Amino acid sequence: MVGIVLISHSGAVAQSVAGLAKMMAPDARVTFAGGLPDGSFGTSYDALYEAVRQADDGDGAVLLMDMGSAVMTAEMVQEALPQTQLLLADAPFVEGAIAATLTAGFGASAEEVLAAAEAVRGEQKLN
Amino acid sequence: MADSKKVAEVLRKIAQAVEQEKDALTALDRAIGDGDHGINLARGFGAVAARLDEAANASVGAILKMAGMTLVSTVGGASGPLYGTAFLKAGAAVGEKTEMDSNDFIRAFDAAIAGIAMRGKAQQGEKTMLDALIPALNALREDPDFANGLRRAVKAAEAGVEYTKTILATKGRASYLGNRSIGHADPGAASSLLILQVIAQEVLG
Repeated sequence: MVGIVLISHSGAVAQSVAGLAKMMAPDARVTFAGGLPDGSFGTSYDALYEAVRQADDGDGAVLLMDMGSAVMTAEMVQEALPQTQLLLADAPFVEGAIAATLTAGFGASAEEVLAAAEAVRGEQKLN
Repeated sequence: MADSKKVAEVLRKIAQAVEQEKDALTALDRAIGDGDHGINLARGFGAVAARLDEAANASVGAILKMAGMTLVSTVGGASGPLYGTAFLKAGAAVGEKTEMDSNDFIRAFDAAIAGIAMRGKAQQGEKTMLDALIPALNALREDPDFANGLRRAVKAAEAGVEYTKTILATKGRASYLGNRSIGHADPGAASSLLILQVIAQEVLG
């Protein structure tokens, strides 16, 4: 099954969004990296590297980032793991995570999971 | 120009300078960013300095790559991937040499700038590190005398930091500020100037 990896500047945000997504699809593989080792806000390359390794069971993973250094850190981990099919989703963090997790839970391919995450970008909440 | 030992010494001096200027860099970042630039860089370069003894017998390229990976792993903000990529690319450009000459330095500097531009998807004129670094590299290249070029590079980077006060930020958190970012120097350009000042000081003696 395709894994879902979340990276946020905040440990609480990453953990909470992972929990929310898992509630919608309990069988999905969701891992996360949030904040710095000392508990402050920031993005940790080492934590993300580990989260990606845990999420990938051989079927690859789709990664959702909040912003700024999370995006750059995601790109560096992607470059460091060329053997892993790791796709970076250009999507809203919370909505994208839920769409990706649900889709991964149905047994979709990494490309399908990525498309599902990115499809929420154009969704309107009002009207 | 510089052997592995000298390169390690320069990195140690950069770590000291960043530690000393930590509060000033953070103050710049508090004005238009998220207020962690000095703290993050001091943590990162401090970690680099702590690993230099292990790398004592390594090539220049290996030392620079070690510095890059350490920054990526320890900085925790956008400057980690940016400076990390810069040092990784500089290390790859110098390779397994144990002594770098002025041409190696220029190639490494060029590769570092290309790395920052690639990682940050940025170009000159967007109120970033590049506004200090690109004019510095140009000044260095234009001067046939390397030592003179290095002095002019520092001046060009100083002018670059001043220039960042006059322009609008379009990258990073500062981009949310719109016109309110004008009048403030870019913290990344300021830390780039600081690093360049240390390099010039150490190389020129």
